Amino acid sequence: MTDTQVGRSPFDPARDTTFKRELVTLIPHLRAFARTLTGDATAADDLAQDAMMKAWDARASFQLGTNMKAWTFMILRNQFYSEKRRSWRQSQLDQDAAERTLVAVDDPEAPVALDELRLGLGMLPAEQREALILVGAGGFAYEEAAAICGCAVGTVKSRVSRARRALQAILEAGAYDRDGRSASDAMGSILADAERLSSQR
Amino acid sequence: MEDHRKGAPALDEARLRQQAIGVKLRQMFDEVVNETVPDEFLEILRKADKAGGKD
Repeated sequence: MTDTQVGRSPFDPARDTTFKRELVTLIPHLRAFARTLTGDATAADDLAQDAMMKAWDARASFQLGTNMKAWTFMILRNQFYSEKRRSWRQSQLDQDAAERTLVAVDDPEAPVALDELRLGLGMLPAEQREALILVGAGGFAYEEAAAICGCAVGTVKSRVSRARRALQAILEAGAYDRDGRSASDAMGSILADAERLSSQR
Repeated sequence: MEDHRKGAPALDEARLRQQAIGVKLRQMFDEVVNETVPDEFLEILRKADKAGGKD
């Protein structure tokens, strides 16, 4: 394995190849994380591509063998928030995101409960949503999520637990405000679906 | 698991619901992970690669 000098590695094709191979395997995960941040498939792919290129350009500063997934997620997240800061109009995101997400669902046959979960997620404060996604769906440890979000481990833990409680309350109360569907429907279909999925494993 | 009758059924129920939400959350994420990656991604990377170690 190539020895690397952090921050100032010379042109090194072998190392680049290794880096690139690993980066490519992360693209699907970057797309998924971006989708949860933007709530929009097209914007998400733009964001994921930007993050991928930022990671590529910064490859010399990455220590091969350390956690590239967490590193690229951190880049993507920083990219997202710096873009958001630039177009500050998007700051009323939470409610709007919920609406856009509904439109952005690509597969019309996707189970209804997923739509409701997306809407519910869209209603959480951004920092709770991302913490829950990273830990609950992205498979990151609290410590990794904390590094990605640039906050303390305890902060991530409390965000995740608040997000879980809030999301459950939203789903049970039907507070996501979807034309006329009742609350028990949403939670009921989520429970039924989860049961079906876990019995398949 | 056997004796939730004398424990706190409400707690069990809450846990079940949280697990269900967790399963859906992963499903939602994995759906995107399992999508085919648009060619654009690899093309961009290929072009960057050709540009060499410019940065």
